[in-house]
Amino acid sequence: MRALKTAILSAALALGITGAAQASESVHIPKQSWPHSGIFGTIDKASAQRGFQIYKEVCSTCHAMHLVPIRTLAGIGFSEDELKALAAGYEVQAGPNDSGEMFMRPGVPADRFPSPFPNDQAARAANGGALPPDLSLMAKARVGGEDYIHAFLTGFEEPPAGVNLMPGMNYNKYFPGHQVGMPNILQPDGVTYADGTKATVEQQAHDIATFLTFAAEPHLDARKQMGVKVILFLIVLAGLMYATKRKLWSNLH
Amino acid sequence: MAQAQATKFKNPLVNWIDSRLPIFTMLDHEYNHYPMPRNVNYLWAFGAIAGIMLVIMIATGLFLAMQYSSHTSLAFDSVERIMRDVNYGWLLRYVHANGASMFFIAVYIHMFRGLYYGSYKAPREILWILGVIIFLVMMGTAFMGYVLPWGQMSFWGATVITNLFSAFPIVGDPIVTLLWGGFSVDNPTLNRFFALHFLLPFVLLGLVILHTAALHVCGSNNPLGIDAKGPQDTVPFNPYVTVKDGFAVVIFMIVYAAFVFFMPNYMGHPDNYIPANPLVTPAHIVPEWYFLPFYAILRAIPDKLGGVIAMFGSIALLMALPWLDTSKVRSCKFRPIYRQFFWILAIDALVLGYAGAMPAEGAWLIIARVGTFYYFFHFLVLLPVLGKLERPRPLPNSISESVLKGGGRVAAGAAAKPMEKA
Repeated sequence: MRALKTAILSAALALGITGAAQASESVHIPKQSWPHSGIFGTIDKASAQRGFQIYKEVCSTCHAMHLVPIRTLAGIGFSEDELKALAAGYEVQAGPNDSGEMFMRPGVPADRFPSPFPNDQAARAANGGALPPDLSLMAKARVGGEDYIHAFLTGFEEPPAGVNLMPGMNYNKYFPGHQVGMPNILQPDGVTYADGTKATVEQQAHDIATFLTFAAEPHLDARKQMGVKVILFLIVLAGLMYATKRKLWSNLH
Repeated sequence: MAQAQATKFKNPLVNWIDSRLPIFTMLDHEYNHYPMPRNVNYLWAFGAIAGIMLVIMIATGLFLAMQYSSHTSLAFDSVERIMRDVNYGWLLRYVHANGASMFFIAVYIHMFRGLYYGSYKAPREILWILGVIIFLVMMGTAFMGYVLPWGQMSFWGATVITNLFSAFPIVGDPIVTLLWGGFSVDNPTLNRFFALHFLLPFVLLGLVILHTAALHVCGSNNPLGIDAKGPQDTVPFNPYVTVKDGFAVVIFMIVYAAFVFFMPNYMGHPDNYIPANPLVTPAHIVPEWYFLPFYAILRAIPDKLGGVIAMFGSIALLMALPWLDTSKVRSCKFRPIYRQFFWILAIDALVLGYAGAMPAEGAWLIIARVGTFYYFFHFLVLLPVLGKLERPRPLPNSISESVLKGGGRVAAGAAAKPMEKA
């Protein structure tokens, strides 16, 4: 009977939350134009590199990206030497060694990006109870994908009159429920881009979203390129099949 | 060995084997010379397409299983490892995940084709019932497959669906405990679902072989719903239907490839890219699209046990379909009144599917209830009554007469024209 109650309870809960979510889903997430969208779209590598720079300098203070090995960045144009140098900048826990001790060593490209906190509890404790989500799959794990990331990062504003924020929370017009632990982190020229691009908030949000799309789907370019070939092949094959079929069946009529 | 047919096959090795184990004779008989009604249209290709989808699912699934870890602490990351690090792992997984949806698309079209042309009627009752069993096993297999990536929807979908069984009195709770292997959806659940997800496709394969065997006893139905009377009404399966089905398969593959390569996550849910968390319930718990009509039926009934019975009943009653439909005429082509209700049923299924994706409240709940009512009304009342009341249009004398040029009644000839060209 307990299972039954749990089921009913969870269903009721889900329905209750559904109502709330419905209310918040009326927020329209504006669509952006992305160089990687469409059949022939590919990741804008320069933009993704800038996005990575922001991840490294800003996001990674709180957000982990634990599914992504550093070597993945070869896909947005990092050379092997650059990757080695980049990886060596991280300290990675290794071991145990012969005396049974864990020790720190410089990272290698095969390592994954180190997480800022040892566990979820530590992450919550350092962030006023809020858990900064892992960014490895962010571009695939939210309705709206990269458009949502862009909207979220540019969606911080003063709460409208009548909205009381809970302590430590910030108002974001695109976040479900609007109250979010993360502060408005992107400032104009908050980062200095290595390639000299002007770091407007809009530009930064765009670059982060591009980078996170790549991080969530490192084989995106390869997938689309293969898709074009596969479909072209299938169309030619379909034409041949149809011609064969017509010829064969014509002597039946 | 006295009656060894020495000249049957050109290849002596094939001959040698065949005279001891006649598999080549069987294949020759069932796939080379198997007579297909010459008027079948492209809807008849979806059986072959569904069969090919099963093979694709087993093949990709095998290689995915080699890389997957069925432990709650590893499952999610192992799937991501397949996506990122395994050579063409992303391709395998997207082919498999979208393949499930494409398999259901093929099977739903196959089923509605059977409904429209009365393919379930005598002498094809067992063929149809085997098909319904295949559909049920497919649903179980797909459900368990969706649990394996151990994302939020995997976990919560598994929780909601397994909990359905607890609605049954007395046996309900023990069944749920057995499904879970414990007292909540957890590691034992994932492990047994993985084992079953590996086993059931082979059960499906066996059922498909039986389904095909039953088909080859009475032969394929056709758009006119009348029996083939002789060779003038049929064509040999090979090469005529092989090439026709082959063309249909390639077109289907183009659609499939478009999903795999250009919108691989379109039919999935973003929440399943968030690792399972028993403490956080997603805002909407929505099953995969192919379960949505049944999910709508489940939620349309205010009582839990009633809802579960209605949901399982909606599939179970399909097994009784050959006896619920009292009309002697198979094809809807010759049933002017029933044909309209068929399309209402098709729209009803789509509406139920849409309602299943919406929160069960307000207008959507009412729509789901009306849809559920019509579903049962259609099969339990309309079908038996209409068969007695309706006056079907006259049937043509034979397939060849109505299909071939210059023969048959004008009306039937005109109706058969599109598939003659097809």
